[in-house]
Amino acid sequence: MRIELGRIAHARSGDKGDMANVGVIVYDERHYPVIEREVTAERVKQHFGALVEGSVKRYELPNLGALNFLLEGSLGGGGTLSLRVDAQGKTFGAAVLRMEIDVAEEEL
Amino acid sequence: MIRIANGQGFWGDWLEAPVRLVEDGPVDYLILDYLAEITMSIVQKQKLENPALGYARDFPPLIARIARRIRERNIRVVANAGGVNPRACAREIRRLCPDLRVAVVEGDDIYPRLDEMLGRGVELRNMETGAPLDQVRDRVLSANAYIGAFPLAEALATGADVVVAGRCTDTGLALAPMIHRFGWTETQWDLLAAGTIAGHIVECGAQCTGGNCQVDWTSIPDFANIGYPIIEAEPDGSFAITKHPGTGGRINSHVVKEQLLYELGDPRAYITPDCVADFTSIRLSDDGPDRVRLTGIRGGPRPPMLKVSASYTDGWKAIGTLVYSWPDAVAKAQAADRIVRERLRRLGLAFDALHTEFLGAGACHGPAAVPAADPPEVQLRIGVRGQDRKAVERFTRELIPLVLNGPPTATGFGDGKPPVREIVAYWPALVPREEIVTRVEVVE
Repeated sequence: MRIELGRIAHARSGDKGDMANVGVIVYDERHYPVIEREVTAERVKQHFGALVEGSVKRYELPNLGALNFLLEGSLGGGGTLSLRVDAQGKTFGAAVLRMEIDVAEEEL
Repeated sequence: MIRIANGQGFWGDWLEAPVRLVEDGPVDYLILDYLAEITMSIVQKQKLENPALGYARDFPPLIARIARRIRERNIRVVANAGGVNPRACAREIRRLCPDLRVAVVEGDDIYPRLDEMLGRGVELRNMETGAPLDQVRDRVLSANAYIGAFPLAEALATGADVVVAGRCTDTGLALAPMIHRFGWTETQWDLLAAGTIAGHIVECGAQCTGGNCQVDWTSIPDFANIGYPIIEAEPDGSFAITKHPGTGGRINSHVVKEQLLYELGDPRAYITPDCVADFTSIRLSDDGPDRVRLTGIRGGPRPPMLKVSASYTDGWKAIGTLVYSWPDAVAKAQAADRIVRERLRRLGLAFDALHTEFLGAGACHGPAAVPAADPPEVQLRIGVRGQDRKAVERFTRELIPLVLNGPPTATGFGDGKPPVREIVAYWPALVPREEIVTRVEVVE
Protein backbone atom coordinates (compact mmCIF):
# COMPACT_ATOMS: atom_id res chain seq x y z
CA MET A 1 0.00 0.00 0.00
CA ARG A 2 1.01 3.66 -0.43
CA ILE A 3 1.13 6.00 2.54
CA GLU A 4 2.42 9.48 3.20
CA LEU A 5 5.76 9.45 5.01
CA GLY A 6 4.21 11.72 7.66
CA ARG A 7 2.08 8.82 8.89
CA ILE A 8 5.13 7.04 10.36
CA ALA A 9 7.72 9.82 10.68
CA HIS A 10 8.34 13.41 11.70
CA ALA A 11 11.11 15.73 10.56
CA ARG A 12 13.08 18.93 11.16
CA SER A 13 15.09 20.97 8.70
CA GLY A 14 17.64 23.75 8.79
CA ASP A 15 20.44 25.34 6.79
CA LYS A 16 24.16 24.91 6.35
CA GLY A 17 25.18 27.62 3.88
CA ASP A 18 23.46 26.91 0.56
CA MET A 19 22.64 23.39 1.74
CA ALA A 20 19.49 22.44 3.61
CA ASN A 21 19.53 19.53 6.02
CA VAL A 22 16.39 17.47 6.52
CA GLY A 23 16.26 15.00 9.41
CA VAL A 24 13.54 12.33 9.16
CA ILE A 25 12.68 10.40 12.33
CA VAL A 26 10.29 7.45 12.74
CA TYR A 27 7.76 7.54 15.57
CA ASP A 28 8.12 3.80 16.14
CA GLU A 29 11.56 2.24 15.70
CA ARG A 30 9.95 -0.79 14.02
CA HIS A 31 9.47 1.47 11.01
CA TYR A 32 13.13 2.40 10.60
CA PRO A 33 13.76 -0.36 8.00
CA VAL A 34 10.84 1.02 5.98
CA ILE A 35 12.25 4.54 5.71
CA GLU A 36 15.75 3.15 5.19
CA ARG A 37 14.41 1.24 2.17
CA GLU A 38 11.93 3.80 0.82
CA VAL A 39 13.33 7.26 1.58
CA THR A 40 16.46 7.13 -0.55
CA ALA A 41 18.56 10.14 -1.56
CA GLU A 42 17.18 9.73 -5.10
CA ARG A 43 13.56 9.83 -3.91
CA VAL A 44 14.20 12.97 -1.85
CA LYS A 45 15.90 14.66 -4.81
CA GLN A 46 12.90 13.76 -7.00
CA HIS A 47 10.41 14.94 -4.35
CA PHE A 48 11.91 18.43 -4.11
CA GLY A 49 12.47 18.68 -7.88
CA ALA A 50 13.80 22.02 -9.10
CA LEU A 51 14.14 23.30 -5.53
CA VAL A 52 17.39 21.29 -5.22
CA GLU A 53 20.02 22.32 -7.79
CA GLY A 54 22.75 19.99 -6.53
CA SER A 55 22.80 16.43 -5.29
CA VAL A 56 21.21 14.88 -2.20
CA LYS A 57 23.31 12.93 0.27
CA ARG A 58 21.89 10.60 2.93
CA TYR A 59 23.31 9.59 6.32
CA GLU A 60 21.82 6.90 8.56
CA LEU A 61 21.34 7.10 12.34
CA PRO A 62 19.70 3.76 13.20
CA ASN A 63 20.28 4.45 16.90
CA LEU A 64 17.77 7.33 16.65
CA GLY A 65 15.55 5.73 14.02
CA ALA A 66 16.53 8.61 11.80
CA LEU A 67 17.93 9.58 8.41
CA ASN A 68 19.72 12.85 7.69
CA PHE A 69 19.61 14.34 4.19
CA LEU A 70 21.83 17.12 2.87
CA LEU A 71 20.28 18.98 -0.07
CA GLU A 72 23.04 20.81 -1.94
CA GLY A 73 22.26 24.08 -3.69
CA SER A 74 18.71 24.23 -2.35
CA LEU A 75 18.59 27.66 -0.71
CA GLY A 76 19.16 30.13 -3.55
CA GLY A 77 22.74 30.89 -2.47
CA GLY A 78 22.06 30.49 1.23
CA GLY A 79 22.36 32.88 4.15
CA THR A 80 22.13 36.57 3.29
CA LEU A 81 22.51 35.96 -0.48
CA SER A 82 19.23 34.08 -0.77
CA LEU A 83 16.15 35.84 -2.16
CA ARG A 84 13.81 33.05 -1.05
CA VAL A 85 11.12 33.48 1.57
CA ASP A 86 12.35 30.24 3.17
CA ALA A 87 16.04 31.12 2.89
CA GLN A 88 16.95 28.70 5.68
CA GLY A 89 14.91 25.72 4.48
CA LYS A 90 12.92 25.82 7.71
CA THR A 91 9.83 24.33 6.04
CA PHE A 92 11.55 21.49 4.12
CA GLY A 93 10.97 19.20 7.10
CA ALA A 94 7.24 19.55 6.57
CA ALA A 95 7.48 19.16 2.78
CA VAL A 96 9.36 15.86 2.98
CA LEU A 97 6.54 14.27 5.01
CA ARG A 98 4.26 14.49 1.96
CA MET A 99 6.36 11.95 0.11
CA GLU A 100 4.43 8.80 -0.77
CA ILE A 101 6.11 5.54 0.16
CA ASP A 102 5.30 1.87 -0.44
CA VAL A 103 4.80 -0.26 2.61
CA ALA A 104 3.43 -3.75 3.20
CA GLU A 105 0.44 -3.84 5.56
CA GLU A 106 2.27 -6.11 8.00
CA GLU A 107 5.08 -3.58 8.27
CA LEU A 108 2.77 -0.97 9.80
CA MET B 1 25.36 16.62 39.02
CA ILE B 2 25.29 20.18 37.68
CA ARG B 3 22.42 22.02 36.02
CA ILE B 4 23.28 24.08 32.94
CA ALA B 5 20.44 26.13 31.46
CA ASN B 6 20.38 27.90 28.09
CA GLY B 7 18.37 31.11 28.09
CA GLN B 8 19.04 32.42 24.58
CA GLY B 9 19.19 30.66 21.21
CA PHE B 10 20.24 33.74 19.24
CA TRP B 11 20.44 37.52 19.70
CA GLY B 12 16.78 38.48 19.53
CA ASP B 13 15.42 35.39 21.32
CA TRP B 14 12.79 35.77 24.07
CA LEU B 15 14.00 38.36 26.61
CA GLU B 16 12.07 36.73 29.48
CA ALA B 17 13.64 33.28 29.01
CA PRO B 18 16.86 33.76 31.03
CA VAL B 19 14.95 35.54 33.79
CA ARG B 20 12.44 32.69 34.04
CA LEU B 21 15.28 30.16 34.16
CA VAL B 22 16.91 31.73 37.22
CA GLU B 23 13.59 32.53 38.94
CA ASP B 24 11.55 29.34 38.40
CA GLY B 25 13.85 26.63 39.75
CA PRO B 26 17.38 25.46 40.49
CA VAL B 27 20.17 26.24 38.01
CA ASP B 28 23.96 26.22 38.53
CA TYR B 29 25.07 27.74 35.23
CA LEU B 30 23.18 30.01 32.86
CA ILE B 31 24.51 30.02 29.32
CA LEU B 32 23.45 32.44 26.58
CA ASP B 33 24.13 32.02 22.89
CA TYR B 34 23.94 35.38 21.13
CA LEU B 35 26.05 34.99 18.03
CA ALA B 36 24.97 33.82 14.60
CA GLU B 37 27.37 34.10 11.68
CA ILE B 38 25.72 37.30 10.47
CA THR B 39 25.81 38.84 13.96
CA MET B 40 29.59 39.29 13.87
CA SER B 41 29.42 41.69 10.92
CA ILE B 42 26.62 43.67 12.60
CA VAL B 43 28.60 44.16 15.81
CA GLN B 44 31.72 44.97 13.79
CA LYS B 45 29.84 47.80 12.04
CA GLN B 46 28.67 49.09 15.43
CA LYS B 47 32.23 49.04 16.77
CA LEU B 48 33.51 51.00 13.76
CA GLU B 49 30.96 53.73 14.54
CA ASN B 50 31.58 53.63 18.28
CA PRO B 51 34.67 51.90 19.75
CA ALA B 52 32.79 51.35 23.02
CA LEU B 53 30.25 49.09 21.25
CA GLY B 54 30.49 45.89 19.21
CA TYR B 55 28.79 43.41 21.54
CA ALA B 56 25.27 42.07 22.22
CA ARG B 57 23.69 45.11 23.84
CA ASP B 58 20.86 43.04 25.37
CA PHE B 59 23.32 41.32 27.67
CA PRO B 60 24.47 43.92 30.27
CA PRO B 61 20.87 45.02 31.06
CA LEU B 62 19.88 41.37 31.40
CA ILE B 63 22.70 40.77 33.89
CA ALA B 64 21.61 43.87 35.82
CA ARG B 65 18.09 42.47 35.92
CA ILE B 66 19.16 39.07 37.34
CA ALA B 67 22.25 40.20 39.30
CA ARG B 68 20.69 39.85 42.73
CA ARG B 69 19.29 36.42 41.97
CA ILE B 70 22.53 34.99 40.56
CA ARG B 71 24.51 36.28 43.55
CA GLU B 72 22.01 34.82 46.05
CA ARG B 73 21.98 31.45 44.34
CA ASN B 74 25.60 31.41 43.17
CA ILE B 75 24.54 30.98 39.55
CA ARG B 76 27.35 31.58 37.10
CA VAL B 77 26.80 32.96 33.61
CA VAL B 78 28.71 32.05 30.44
CA ALA B 79 27.85 33.92 27.24
CA ASN B 80 29.30 34.72 23.82
CA ALA B 81 27.75 38.18 24.14
CA GLY B 82 31.16 39.83 23.68
CA GLY B 83 30.90 39.91 19.89
CA VAL B 84 33.99 41.76 18.63
CA ASN B 85 34.42 43.72 21.85
CA PRO B 86 34.15 41.44 24.92
CA ARG B 87 36.12 43.90 27.05
CA ALA B 88 33.69 46.76 26.43
CA CYS B 89 30.81 44.41 27.20
CA ALA B 90 32.48 43.35 30.47
CA ARG B 91 33.10 46.99 31.45
CA GLU B 92 29.45 47.84 30.87
CA ILE B 93 28.40 44.94 33.11
CA ARG B 94 30.83 46.14 35.79
CA ARG B 95 29.42 49.66 35.49
CA LEU B 96 25.87 48.37 36.02
CA CYS B 97 26.82 45.70 38.60
CA PRO B 98 30.01 46.70 40.46
CA ASP B 99 29.67 43.70 42.81
CA LEU B 100 29.98 41.08 40.08
CA ARG B 101 33.26 39.51 39.08
CA VAL B 102 33.49 39.50 35.27
CA ALA B 103 36.06 37.66 33.15
CA VAL B 104 36.67 38.06 29.41
CA VAL B 105 37.98 35.55 26.91
CA GLU B 106 39.81 37.10 23.97
CA GLY B 107 41.87 35.92 21.03
CA ASP B 108 39.14 34.80 18.62
CA ASP B 109 39.10 38.12 16.73
CA ILE B 110 41.66 37.91 13.92
CA TYR B 111 40.34 40.90 11.96
CA PRO B 112 43.14 43.22 13.21
CA ARG B 113 45.71 40.52 12.26
CA LEU B 114 44.43 39.71 8.77
CA ASP B 115 47.09 41.46 6.70
CA GLU B 116 49.87 40.08 8.84
CA MET B 117 48.44 36.54 8.54
CA LEU B 118 47.78 36.77 4.79
CA GLY B 119 51.32 38.17 4.38
CA ARG B 120 52.74 35.06 6.03
CA GLY B 121 50.84 32.81 3.63
CA VAL B 122 47.87 31.93 5.86
CA GLU B 123 45.44 32.13 2.94
CA LEU B 124 42.10 31.58 4.71
CA ARG B 125 40.67 29.93 1.60
CA ASN B 126 36.89 29.74 1.38
CA MET B 127 35.88 26.23 2.45
CA GLU B 128 33.12 26.11 -0.17
CA THR B 129 34.75 27.75 -3.21
CA GLY B 130 38.48 27.32 -2.50
CA ALA B 131 39.15 31.01 -3.23
CA PRO B 132 41.79 32.78 -1.10
CA LEU B 133 40.56 35.59 1.18
CA ASP B 134 42.84 38.02 -0.68
CA GLN B 135 40.18 38.17 -3.42
CA VAL B 136 37.75 40.01 -1.14
CA ARG B 137 40.22 41.48 1.38
CA ASP B 138 39.15 45.11 0.85
CA ARG B 139 35.52 44.18 1.53
CA VAL B 140 36.05 42.09 4.70
CA LEU B 141 34.07 43.34 7.69
CA SER B 142 34.97 40.79 10.34
CA ALA B 143 37.01 37.62 10.85
CA ASN B 144 36.85 35.41 13.92
CA ALA B 145 38.12 31.95 14.78
CA TYR B 146 35.74 29.67 16.63
CA ILE B 147 37.29 28.91 19.98
CA GLY B 148 36.22 25.94 22.06
CA ALA B 149 35.22 25.24 25.64
CA PHE B 150 38.64 25.13 27.37
CA PRO B 151 39.31 28.90 27.38
CA LEU B 152 35.80 29.38 28.82
CA ALA B 153 36.51 26.79 31.53
CA GLU B 154 39.75 28.67 32.29
CA ALA B 155 37.67 31.82 32.74
CA LEU B 156 35.32 30.00 35.13
CA ALA B 157 38.37 28.94 37.12
CA THR B 158 39.07 32.63 37.92
CA GLY B 159 35.92 32.56 40.07
CA ALA B 160 34.09 34.94 37.77
CA ASP B 161 30.33 35.33 38.17
CA VAL B 162 30.03 36.21 34.50
CA VAL B 163 32.21 34.98 31.64
CA VAL B 164 32.06 37.08 28.46
CA ALA B 165 33.44 35.54 25.29
CA GLY B 166 33.44 36.54 21.64
CA ARG B 167 33.19 33.98 18.86
CA CYS B 168 33.23 30.70 20.76
CA THR B 169 31.25 27.68 19.62
CA ASP B 170 27.64 27.44 20.77
CA THR B 171 28.35 23.95 22.11
CA GLY B 172 31.41 25.18 24.04
CA LEU B 173 29.18 27.33 26.24
CA ALA B 174 27.54 24.18 27.65
CA LEU B 175 30.68 22.06 27.72
CA ALA B 176 32.79 24.62 29.63
CA PRO B 177 31.00 24.26 33.00
CA MET B 178 31.38 20.45 32.76
CA ILE B 179 35.11 20.75 32.10
CA HIS B 180 35.40 23.21 34.96
CA ARG B 181 33.41 21.23 37.54
CA PHE B 182 34.29 17.65 36.56
CA GLY B 183 37.95 18.27 35.70
CA TRP B 184 37.65 16.75 32.22
CA THR B 185 40.91 16.95 30.28
CA GLU B 186 41.75 17.78 26.67
CA THR B 187 41.99 14.16 25.47
CA GLN B 188 38.92 12.66 27.13
CA TRP B 189 37.17 12.57 23.77
CA ASP B 190 34.08 10.61 24.84
CA LEU B 191 33.34 12.98 27.71
CA LEU B 192 33.99 16.06 25.58
CA ALA B 193 31.72 14.62 22.86
CA ALA B 194 28.97 14.04 25.42
CA GLY B 195 29.15 17.65 26.63
CA THR B 196 29.27 18.85 23.03
CA ILE B 197 26.12 16.94 22.09
CA ALA B 198 24.39 18.26 25.22
CA GLY B 199 25.36 21.73 23.99
CA HIS B 200 24.04 20.99 20.49
CA ILE B 201 20.65 19.99 21.94
CA VAL B 202 20.20 23.18 23.97
CA GLU B 203 21.95 25.71 21.72
CA CYS B 204 18.70 26.73 19.99
CA GLY B 205 16.88 27.33 23.26
CA ALA B 206 13.27 26.18 23.23
CA GLN B 207 13.70 24.25 20.00
CA CYS B 208 14.40 21.22 22.23
CA THR B 209 11.51 21.89 24.63
CA GLY B 210 8.62 21.88 22.16
CA GLY B 211 9.30 24.95 20.02
CA ASN B 212 9.16 24.41 16.24
CA CYS B 213 8.30 20.77 16.87
CA GLN B 214 6.20 18.77 14.40
CA VAL B 215 5.24 15.99 16.82
CA ASP B 216 1.58 16.51 17.78
CA TRP B 217 2.21 20.25 18.02
CA THR B 218 -1.42 21.20 18.79
CA SER B 219 -1.22 19.31 22.09
CA ILE B 220 1.99 20.98 23.32
CA PRO B 221 0.94 22.90 26.46
CA ASP B 222 1.39 26.58 27.26
CA PHE B 223 3.70 27.87 24.52
CA ALA B 224 3.27 31.32 26.09
CA ASN B 225 5.24 30.20 29.13
CA ILE B 226 7.54 27.72 27.38
CA GLY B 227 10.36 26.40 29.56
CA TYR B 228 13.88 26.77 28.22
CA PRO B 229 16.21 23.75 28.41
CA ILE B 230 18.30 22.56 31.31
CA ILE B 231 21.11 19.99 31.05
CA GLU B 232 21.57 17.85 34.14
CA ALA B 233 25.14 16.74 33.57
CA GLU B 234 26.95 13.91 35.36
CA PRO B 235 30.73 13.51 35.69
CA ASP B 236 30.60 10.26 33.64
CA GLY B 237 29.30 12.09 30.54
CA SER B 238 25.71 10.93 30.81
CA PHE B 239 23.12 13.69 31.02
CA ALA B 240 19.42 14.50 31.01
CA ILE B 241 17.59 17.26 29.15
CA THR B 242 14.76 18.77 31.18
CA LYS B 243 13.04 22.06 32.09
CA HIS B 244 11.59 23.67 35.20
CA PRO B 245 8.33 22.14 36.52
CA GLY B 246 5.26 24.25 35.80
CA THR B 247 6.62 25.74 32.59
CA GLY B 248 5.09 25.20 29.15
CA GLY B 249 6.38 23.18 26.26
CA ARG B 250 7.26 19.50 26.11
CA ILE B 251 10.37 17.35 26.31
CA ASN B 252 10.33 13.75 25.17
CA SER B 253 12.60 11.56 23.10
CA HIS B 254 11.00 12.65 19.80
CA VAL B 255 11.34 16.34 20.58
CA VAL B 256 15.01 15.86 21.47
CA LYS B 257 15.64 13.69 18.38
CA GLU B 258 14.31 16.49 16.15
CA GLN B 259 16.78 18.92 17.66
CA LEU B 260 19.65 16.40 17.44
CA LEU B 261 19.04 16.29 13.67
CA TYR B 262 18.83 20.10 13.35
CA GLU B 263 21.53 21.59 11.12
CA LEU B 264 23.40 18.29 11.27
CA GLY B 265 25.92 17.27 8.60
CA ASP B 266 27.76 13.94 8.77
CA PRO B 267 26.46 12.43 12.04
CA ARG B 268 29.71 10.53 12.66
CA ALA B 269 31.84 13.67 12.37
CA TYR B 270 30.37 16.64 14.24
CA ILE B 271 33.51 18.75 14.32
CA THR B 272 34.23 21.27 17.07
CA PRO B 273 37.47 22.78 18.40
CA ASP B 274 37.20 20.39 21.38
CA CYS B 275 36.50 17.00 19.78
CA VAL B 276 34.72 15.22 16.93
CA ALA B 277 31.41 13.90 18.26
CA ASP B 278 29.67 10.79 16.91
CA PHE B 279 25.87 11.15 16.84
CA THR B 280 25.47 7.48 15.88
CA SER B 281 26.72 6.50 19.35
CA ILE B 282 23.90 8.26 21.23
CA ARG B 283 21.58 6.13 23.36
CA LEU B 284 18.49 8.07 24.26
CA SER B 285 15.42 7.24 26.37
CA ASP B 286 12.47 8.90 28.04
CA ASP B 287 13.17 9.28 31.75
CA GLY B 288 9.95 10.60 33.26
CA PRO B 289 7.78 13.59 32.40
CA ASP B 290 9.61 16.27 30.36
CA ARG B 291 12.89 14.47 30.80
CA VAL B 292 15.11 12.59 28.35
CA ARG B 293 18.32 10.79 29.24
CA LEU B 294 21.36 10.37 26.96
CA THR B 295 24.23 7.91 27.47
CA GLY B 296 26.89 6.01 25.55
CA ILE B 297 28.24 8.98 23.58
CA ARG B 298 31.58 8.49 21.85
CA GLY B 299 33.96 10.99 20.34
CA GLY B 300 37.32 11.31 18.61
CA PRO B 301 40.33 13.65 18.65
CA ARG B 302 39.89 17.35 18.02
CA PRO B 303 40.96 18.61 14.57
CA PRO B 304 44.30 20.38 13.94
CA MET B 305 42.51 23.32 12.31
CA LEU B 306 40.00 25.79 13.71
CA LYS B 307 37.11 27.18 11.71
CA VAL B 308 37.12 30.87 10.85
CA SER B 309 33.97 32.83 10.17
CA ALA B 310 34.65 35.96 8.12
CA SER B 311 32.12 38.34 6.63
CA TYR B 312 32.41 40.66 3.64
CA THR B 313 30.17 42.95 1.64
CA ASP B 314 28.89 41.39 -1.56
CA GLY B 315 26.57 43.77 -3.41
CA TRP B 316 22.99 44.86 -2.85
CA LYS B 317 19.57 43.34 -2.71
CA ALA B 318 15.92 44.29 -2.48
CA ILE B 319 12.76 42.23 -2.17
CA GLY B 320 9.35 43.67 -3.02
CA THR B 321 5.85 42.27 -2.63
CA LEU B 322 2.30 42.86 -3.86
CA VAL B 323 -0.88 40.96 -3.01
CA TYR B 324 -3.44 39.87 -5.64
CA SER B 325 -6.91 38.71 -4.58
CA TRP B 326 -9.34 36.13 -5.97
CA PRO B 327 -10.31 35.45 -8.68
CA ASP B 328 -7.32 34.22 -10.70
CA ALA B 329 -4.91 35.50 -8.05
CA VAL B 330 -2.07 33.23 -9.23
CA ALA B 331 -2.54 34.17 -12.90
CA LYS B 332 -2.59 37.89 -12.01
CA ALA B 333 0.59 37.60 -9.96
CA GLN B 334 2.28 35.64 -12.74
CA ALA B 335 1.27 38.31 -15.26
CA ALA B 336 2.61 41.06 -12.97
CA ASP B 337 5.92 39.19 -12.68
CA ARG B 338 6.21 39.02 -16.47
CA ILE B 339 5.50 42.77 -16.70
CA VAL B 340 8.19 43.64 -14.15
CA ARG B 341 10.73 41.48 -15.93
CA GLU B 342 9.86 43.02 -19.31
CA ARG B 343 10.20 46.55 -17.92
CA LEU B 344 13.56 45.73 -16.33
CA ARG B 345 14.72 44.23 -19.64
CA ARG B 346 13.72 47.37 -21.55
CA LEU B 347 15.65 49.46 -19.01
CA GLY B 348 18.70 47.30 -19.76
CA LEU B 349 19.08 46.32 -16.11
CA ALA B 350 20.82 43.07 -15.28
CA PHE B 351 21.22 41.37 -11.91
CA ASP B 352 23.24 38.52 -10.45
CA ALA B 353 19.92 36.99 -9.39
CA LEU B 354 16.25 37.78 -10.02
CA HIS B 355 13.90 35.48 -8.14
CA THR B 356 10.09 35.36 -8.06
CA GLU B 357 7.87 33.48 -5.63
CA PHE B 358 4.09 33.26 -5.24
CA LEU B 359 3.27 33.05 -1.52
CA GLY B 360 0.14 31.03 -1.00
CA ALA B 361 0.79 29.01 -4.14
CA GLY B 362 3.78 26.83 -3.23
CA ALA B 363 6.65 29.24 -2.44
CA CYS B 364 7.95 27.24 0.52
CA HIS B 365 7.69 23.69 -0.80
CA GLY B 366 8.06 24.18 -4.56
CA PRO B 367 7.28 21.02 -6.53
CA ALA B 368 6.56 19.17 -3.26
CA ALA B 369 3.49 21.36 -2.66
CA VAL B 370 -0.07 20.67 -3.79
CA PRO B 371 -1.39 24.14 -4.71
CA ALA B 372 -4.98 25.15 -4.02
CA ALA B 373 -7.23 25.48 -7.10
CA ASP B 374 -8.03 29.22 -6.90
CA PRO B 375 -6.74 30.66 -3.60
CA PRO B 376 -8.41 33.73 -2.00
CA GLU B 377 -5.18 35.68 -2.49
CA VAL B 378 -1.49 35.21 -3.24
CA GLN B 379 1.50 37.41 -2.55
CA LEU B 380 3.86 38.17 -5.41
CA ARG B 381 7.39 38.38 -4.05
CA ILE B 382 10.20 39.48 -6.38
CA GLY B 383 13.81 39.79 -5.23
CA VAL B 384 16.94 40.98 -7.03
CA ARG B 385 20.57 41.09 -6.09
CA GLY B 386 23.59 42.54 -7.83
CA GLN B 387 26.76 44.59 -7.47
CA ASP B 388 25.22 47.76 -8.97
CA ARG B 389 23.34 49.61 -6.26
CA LYS B 390 21.64 51.94 -8.76
CA ALA B 391 20.13 49.01 -10.67
CA VAL B 392 18.76 47.55 -7.46
CA GLU B 393 17.36 50.99 -6.50
CA ARG B 394 15.64 51.23 -9.90
CA PHE B 395 14.06 47.82 -9.44
CA THR B 396 12.41 48.99 -6.21
CA ARG B 397 10.42 51.54 -8.26
CA GLU B 398 8.90 48.90 -10.54
CA LEU B 399 6.37 47.21 -8.23
CA ILE B 400 4.01 49.89 -6.92
CA PRO B 401 3.07 51.30 -10.37
CA LEU B 402 1.48 47.92 -11.08
CA VAL B 403 -1.29 48.77 -8.64
CA LEU B 404 -2.60 51.24 -11.24
CA ASN B 405 -1.08 50.05 -14.50
CA GLY B 406 -1.17 46.25 -14.29
CA PRO B 407 -3.55 43.36 -13.63
CA PRO B 408 -6.55 44.10 -11.32
CA THR B 409 -6.91 43.76 -7.52
CA ALA B 410 -3.30 44.51 -6.52
CA THR B 411 -2.96 45.62 -2.91
CA GLY B 412 -0.71 45.17 0.11
CA PHE B 413 1.97 47.61 -1.06
CA GLY B 414 2.39 48.68 2.55
CA ASP B 415 5.18 51.15 3.10
CA GLY B 416 5.84 51.89 -0.53
CA LYS B 417 9.01 50.84 -2.31
CA PRO B 418 11.08 48.15 -0.61
CA PRO B 419 14.39 49.05 1.07
CA VAL B 420 17.73 48.36 -0.61
CA ARG B 421 20.07 46.45 1.69
CA GLU B 422 23.79 45.83 1.45
CA ILE B 423 24.56 42.11 1.43
CA VAL B 424 27.00 40.92 4.05
CA ALA B 425 28.12 37.49 2.92
CA TYR B 426 29.74 34.73 4.93
CA TRP B 427 33.25 33.39 4.28
CA PRO B 428 34.03 30.11 6.07
CA ALA B 429 37.72 29.17 6.27
CA LEU B 430 40.19 27.14 8.31
CA VAL B 431 43.21 28.28 10.29
CA PRO B 432 45.91 26.20 12.02
CA ARG B 433 45.06 25.88 15.70
CA GLU B 434 48.44 27.30 16.80
CA GLU B 435 47.61 30.64 15.13
CA ILE B 436 44.93 31.29 17.74
CA VAL B 437 46.10 32.16 21.25
CA THR B 438 43.33 32.90 23.74
CA ARG B 439 43.65 35.12 26.81
CA VAL B 440 41.52 35.17 29.94
CA GLU B 441 41.36 38.23 32.16
CA VAL B 442 39.23 39.38 35.07
CA VAL B 443 38.09 42.91 34.23
CA GLU B 444 38.44 45.50 36.98
